[in-house]
Amino acid sequence: MIGIGFGFFLHKGGVTDYNVIINQLLLKDFTVVKIMLTAVLVGMIGVHLLRSLGLAELHPKPGSIGASLVGGLIFGVGFGLLGYCPGTVAGAFATGALDALFGGILGMLIGAGLFAQFYPKLESGILHKGDFGSKTLPTLIGVNAWIVILVVSLLIAGLLWGLEKAGL
Amino acid sequence: MEWLTMARWSPYAVGAGIGLLSCLAFLLSDKPLGCSTAFARTSGMLERIFRGKRTLEKAYYQKFTPSVDWEWMLVAGLIAGAYLSSAISGDFQVLWVPDVWRAGAGDGKLLRWIVALAGGILIGFGSRWAGGCTSGHGISGTLQLALSSWIAAVCFFFFFIATAMLLFRFILQV
Repeated sequence: MIGIGFGFFLHKGGVTDYNVIINQLLLKDFTVVKIMLTAVLVGMIGVHLLRSLGLAELHPKPGSIGASLVGGLIFGVGFGLLGYCPGTVAGAFATGALDALFGGILGMLIGAGLFAQFYPKLESGILHKGDFGSKTLPTLIGVNAWIVILVVSLLIAGLLWGLEKAGL
Repeated sequence: MEWLTMARWSPYAVGAGIGLLSCLAFLLSDKPLGCSTAFARTSGMLERIFRGKRTLEKAYYQKFTPSVDWEWMLVAGLIAGAYLSSAISGDFQVLWVPDVWRAGAGDGKLLRWIVALAGGILIGFGSRWAGGCTSGHGISGTLQLALSSWIAAVCFFFFFIATAMLLFRFILQV
C-alpha cells in the first residue's frame, strides 16, 4: 500500500519523466530538488516526533568513506547516464518508458549481480576504509537531535525560499 | 475529483506526501523507504534460476537473501501506483527515446539503449556499494540525519549533475 502511494506521488510529481530529471541535472528545472527537500523536511520532523513519542525507531545505515563516497560517485555517474534512479526507473517503466525497462532495470540487475560477485573482495577492502558505523549527525556533533533538526529545517526552508525567489 | 486526473501536482505537495509516507513506513512497518535492495534480491533470484543453490552461497546473498520481502513489495507497489497515476491522467505512453535525449542525440534507439544500460549497470553496482539509493539514502537516510546518507546523497547529486552536464553540454551540445 505504501508502495502504491509512493509510485502515485512520484508520477504526480513528474519525476518518473526522464525530461524532468535531466533538466534538473542541467539546473534548469528544480522539481526533483523541491520534492526531495520537502520530503526530507516533513519526514525528518515526523519521524523524529514519532521517535520522541516512542512510536518508532531510527534505522540509520552504517557507512564509511570508502563505501559512501566512492559508491556515491559510481551511482551518481550512472544516474547521469540513465536519467532515472532505482525508484523512478520502476515508475518510468510503469508509464511506458522502454529505455527504463531494457536499459535501466536490466542494467541495474546486472550491476547488482556483479556487485554480489565482487562483494567478498570489496568487503575486506575499500568498503571499510574510514569506517564510521551508523553514526547520525546529532551523535557525531554530540547535541540533541532537535537542535540539528531545527538547523536543517531552516536551511531547507531557506533554500526552497531562495529557489522560488529566483523564479526557478 | 479533478485533482486526481491532473498530470502534475505541486512539487511541495508531492514532497510532503512522500515525507508523510516515510513516517507511515516507520510507524507501521518499522522500515525506512528504499528501493535498490529489491533489485539486488531480484538479481539473486534470477541467478538462482540459472545457477541453482550455489547462488545462495555467495556472501552477499547470505546478507541479503534473494527473496520477496517488504521492500520488494514496495517497489512492486511503486510500479502499480505510477501506472495508476499515469493511466488516470492519460499520459501513459510507450516510448524508447525521451525528448531531451532526442534533441541532442537523435532518435536512435540503439544508442539510447546502450547508454541507459551502461548507466543502469553503474547504478546497480554503485547503489549496492554505497548501501542505498536516492530513496534509501537520499530521502530515508537524510531524514534520519544519518552521516552515511548525507555523504552519499551529496556525492550522488554532485556526480549526477557533473555527468549530465558533461554528457549534454559538451558531448551532445543541447
